Order: sequence, then structure tokens, then C-alpha cells
Amino acid sequence: MNTSLNDDDLILRAQRGEKEAYGLLVRAYMQPAYYSALALVGSHDEAMDLSQQAFIRAWMAIRKFEVGRRFFTWYYRILRNLCLNRLRDRASQAAPMAHFDHVLDVADDEQDPSLEADRALLRDRVRTALGELRPEEREIIVLRDFDEHSYAEIAELLECPLGTVMSRLYYARKHLKDLLEDLS
Amino acid sequence: MTEMERDRFRMLMMKALDGELAGSEHSEFENFLRTSECAEEWAQFRKVKEATMSLKFATPAPEVWDTYWTSVYNRLERGLAWLLLALGAATLFAWGALLAAEALWNDSGVPLLMKIAIFSVAGGFFLLLFSVIRERWFTSRHDKYNEVIR
Repeated sequence: MNTSLNDDDLILRAQRGEKEAYGLLVRAYMQPAYYSALALVGSHDEAMDLSQQAFIRAWMAIRKFEVGRRFFTWYYRILRNLCLNRLRDRASQAAPMAHFDHVLDVADDEQDPSLEADRALLRDRVRTALGELRPEEREIIVLRDFDEHSYAEIAELLECPLGTVMSRLYYARKHLKDLLEDLS
Repeated sequence: MTEMERDRFRMLMMKALDGELAGSEHSEFENFLRTSECAEEWAQFRKVKEATMSLKFATPAPEVWDTYWTSVYNRLERGLAWLLLALGAATLFAWGALLAAEALWNDSGVPLLMKIAIFSVAGGFFLLLFSVIRERWFTSRHDKYNEVIR
């Protein structure tokens, strides 16, 4: 997800008002954008809506963007704020939190019938536990284990030092471990 | 184990789980694992990592990506339409309000006290509206707890 010369060129053209260039940027980053939103809000429709809304806000502020920086890092901050606001609204309206049952799938296709039942049970527990984590905890686990960002990339995305990334990961995983123990 | 050593172990354990240990940190981490407390915690965290790695996000239907940009583009256009609509409506409303106020002021059939009362109600309403809008705008810009989920 490095800022390439191509990105810089597209951003410069977008800053001149070329929507086609911005469209190419959106197409390049729409998938990580969607999955990042999904990690926070846990619903396909809301992730789609919020990631698109963030692209609209980014377009409106594109002239303020400093060429040479990573577009996705800048965009991610807009997206993150939108998602956290949505979660706050949801909490204030006492709306039910999203379940992760429908948005999480099995990563490997290894089929061992003798272990499959145990694995399925464990996956169900992990889905439930992930849904019960605080959004910030879920976010950092997803950035590392699902999106496979390096610590340096996570630090940049979350605007925090490397030590904080490790510390947050530790407490998020510890909370997940406790939830899994409770569920079993 | 001191609190500082525990913090160091936790940091190394995260790095070990995620394949981010640097050269000399491997032996430092292995030294920690000689204690049963650390070895037990390491085993538990490895299970958690394996569990999360066994899942991935479900992939949406391919047509979702085909229409993604079109949807953003349409919403961008609609945003401009809403802005124009709001500006036009606000201008028309202001113009209508001005005409109504002028007509009321020139209407000799309405007692002066009633005129003052009507202007007070209208003035109070607009002041309140302005104050609420300004407060909301100011809070959204300056609230340092904006990201805190309450």
C-alpha cells in the first residue's frame, strides 16, 4: 500500500478537479477501505456506506492533501472517524451492535473431518468474541491478523508510536483470550 | 519478575507472534520462555493468534466492486445537488421572510404591539437556530473527545 509515483500523479490530477483520476484512486483503495470499515462496524451495508462517504469527504478535502504522503493513511483517518461516530450514534440509540457471524469466513480450506467439528466450534467462538471486543481492540487485531499490516504501518495508520501498537495488541489479544475462555 | 520485565516480555511476545522479532531479541525471548509463567502465557497467546488466523472477512460479490466507483460518483454529484438546493431554498426563504416582514410592518390594520410581538418571536427563533447551528459546528471542530465512544 505504498504511495507510488502513480498515486502522486493521480492525486495531483484529482487536485485539479479530474474526477476520472480520483476514480482510479478509489478503485485502487476501495477494498482495503471497505474491509477497514467492516472491521470497525461489522456490517456489510454500513461498511459500504461509510467507506464511500469517506471517499466523498476525501474528495472534498483533496486540495489540502500533501502530495508525497500515503493517500490511504490520510484516507484511513477520515474513515476511522466516520466509523467511530457511527458506533457512538449506535450506542446512544441503544441499537444492537453488529454480529460478525456473517462477515467472517474460514481462512483455510484444509479439511480434516476428525477436527472439523472442533474447528467449527472454535471459529464460532472467535466470531462471537471478536464482536464483543471494543472497536479499537478489534481494529488493531484486524489490522495485524487479517490485513497483515506491519507494526510500522499500523503505527502510521493509528498515529501512535510502535510501543503503543504492541501494547494495544497485547491488551486486545488478552481480552480476546479472556472472552474465548468465558465462551468455552 | 518485575513489572518492567513483564512489559518487555509482553512486547517481545507480540513481536514473536507476528514475526517481527529482530536478531538479538530471539534469544532474549527464549530466555523469558524458560520460566513457566511466560511459557504458559506464550502458549495461550499462540492459540489466540491461530484462532484469529483461521478466519478472514467474507468476500462480497464481485459486482459490488464493479459498481463501487459509480456509487461514489453519484453520491458526489448528489452532494452538489443538495448544496445547490439548500442554498436556493435558503435564499428564497430569506427573500420571502423579508417581504412578509415588510408587509406586516406596513399593515396599518395590525396593532403595533402585535407587530412587536411577531417580530420578537421570529427574531428569537432565528437567534436560537443560529446559536444551535454554531454550537454544533464549533463542537464538531474542537471536541477533543470526538473519537471517544461514550
